[in-house]
Amino acid sequence: MSAVNGRTVRIAAGQGFWGDWLEAPVRQVRGGPIDYLMMDYLAEVTMSILQKQKSRDPAAGYARDFVPLMERILPDVVERGIKITSNAGGVNPRGCAEAVLAVARKLRLPRPLRVGLVAGDDVLERLDDLIARGHSLSDMETGRPLSDIRDLVLSANAYLGMAPIVEALRGGADVVVTGRVTDTGLTLGPIFHEFGWSPEDWDKVAAGTVAGHIIECGAQASGGNLLKGWRSVRGLADPGFPIVEAAADGSFVVTKHPGTGGVVSVASVSEQLVYEMGDPRSYITPDGVADFTSIQLRQAGRDRVRVTGVRGGPRTPMLKVSIAYFWGYKAVGTLVYAWPEAYDKAKAADRVLRRRLADLGLEFDQILTEFVGVDATHGRLSGAPSPDLPEVQLRVGVRARERAPVERFTREIAPLVLTGPPSVTGFAGGRPAVEEIVAYWPALIDRREIEPYVRVDILDA
Amino acid sequence: MAAKRVKARGAKARGPQPAATRPVQLRLLAHARSGDKGNTANVGLIALERVYYPLLVREVSAARVARHFRGMVSGVDRFELPNIHALNFLLHDALDGGGTLSLKTDAQGKVYSTALLRMEIDVPVGLARTLTRK
Repeated sequence: MSAVNGRTVRIAAGQGFWGDWLEAPVRQVRGGPIDYLMMDYLAEVTMSILQKQKSRDPAAGYARDFVPLMERILPDVVERGIKITSNAGGVNPRGCAEAVLAVARKLRLPRPLRVGLVAGDDVLERLDDLIARGHSLSDMETGRPLSDIRDLVLSANAYLGMAPIVEALRGGADVVVTGRVTDTGLTLGPIFHEFGWSPEDWDKVAAGTVAGHIIECGAQASGGNLLKGWRSVRGLADPGFPIVEAAADGSFVVTKHPGTGGVVSVASVSEQLVYEMGDPRSYITPDGVADFTSIQLRQAGRDRVRVTGVRGGPRTPMLKVSIAYFWGYKAVGTLVYAWPEAYDKAKAADRVLRRRLADLGLEFDQILTEFVGVDATHGRLSGAPSPDLPEVQLRVGVRARERAPVERFTREIAPLVLTGPPSVTGFAGGRPAVEEIVAYWPALIDRREIEPYVRVDILDA
Repeated sequence: MAAKRVKARGAKARGPQPAATRPVQLRLLAHARSGDKGNTANVGLIALERVYYPLLVREVSAARVARHFRGMVSGVDRFELPNIHALNFLLHDALDGGGTLSLKTDAQGKVYSTALLRMEIDVPVGLARTLTRK
């Protein structure tokens, strides 16, 4: 039952994003031996959604799906001695941890559950102080200082690395619940805890980072969304989510449980390696900098890819801060035009719609028209469409700072059905919804402003 | 076996005599995956066979990719990953603001990769024949 199984540690991906396949964590726990289950819930703007929920209900603000999932798997998890790392805590990790403890008590587990709580990433309350002390928190893309949009900020969280997870595991936590810890930190933490590596062994940090990157999007590394030979990927109705078997020398194998669908191949791992990649020589996390050009992949058996040779460099003095702010409103309306001359009808409808919006004097930051079936994903690269298309979907989106023009736009779609070009359908969904836009503002901050505030608590059920 | 034959012809093409070439779509030479970072889309282009990689390095330059996507992106950076026979491209201002701001169907650039696979590059006639026979 030891977490170190011989000389490897098995870390299984349970969720690749909030909304991922709910059966995956259950199958990871029951489908074969694993030591850790890591579940990544936080995308760039998830924190702002959670912040909004928390402002309405102080008990909310975490990935609520995590709790019923824990209820399903905790009996097996405890029986098998599996530990869990997850950033499901969002902007309320304490609330999330307490909800997990409540579930554990209700389940009457054979032994009390220990939950590690990691907090201190949330800097929303500290923003004014940080700005006053000269931290500009400028947008990494545009260079604008945060003071430009300070009043619109909804959430602000520094990305934490593996250190607090290692600390929680060292404190005996069975389940570690965090706020904005990096996706890769959820995998690095268990590996470093098990092998007792120095956090300044930069090649080991880089290797663990690569392992984390490979499994952080779940089945996207094990046959899901795999382009190469996609027709020959079997069993996607029951895909095996990826598992890392980390060895003491820093190398690891990516695999999945036997009998599951999907595939783990050099191709499936390579596609995941390049996903959301910037400069491959410098994949920066709070824990270090990984050099993706050093990674060596080798097929080492069926559904087993061995990863070796990973090199890395020291961590930077800065941490990334993920800031979300209110931008304005948007809406997207669609209608479907049928053969014959479907594309021409859709184009004519777009002209009518735009003319009406102009006549109403509505002002938008952006109006974007796409013709689904003609050019929506490849733009002008799509080439000339077949003149005989059976149908084309007209898809028009608008974006504005004010709500009123967007609201009015949503009332201009349905009238096209009876007042525009013919052979139109597909309006069963009703008027498009007006959506609030919460935009993303990535910034950097000196890690010395964050690290002293990070807290790790161990809570017992 | 096919890969071996391809290699021989590739070597011939690099000789002093310019060999006859034919354009083929990148999808016959590479697979790809894309993602986003704000308003930038990234496309990782991975050689289907390792022997195709030098051809990708030579032909699929940042400038060629920028021309391919002209009017759709503001600039292109290219990075090489010879270890996995891949090139990584950053396509700037490709996503109508990106993330939650974007009105595009492909707001997060998930299928930008396939748009790059439409691009044609010149390859030796022999290789072109092998590829289109597959």
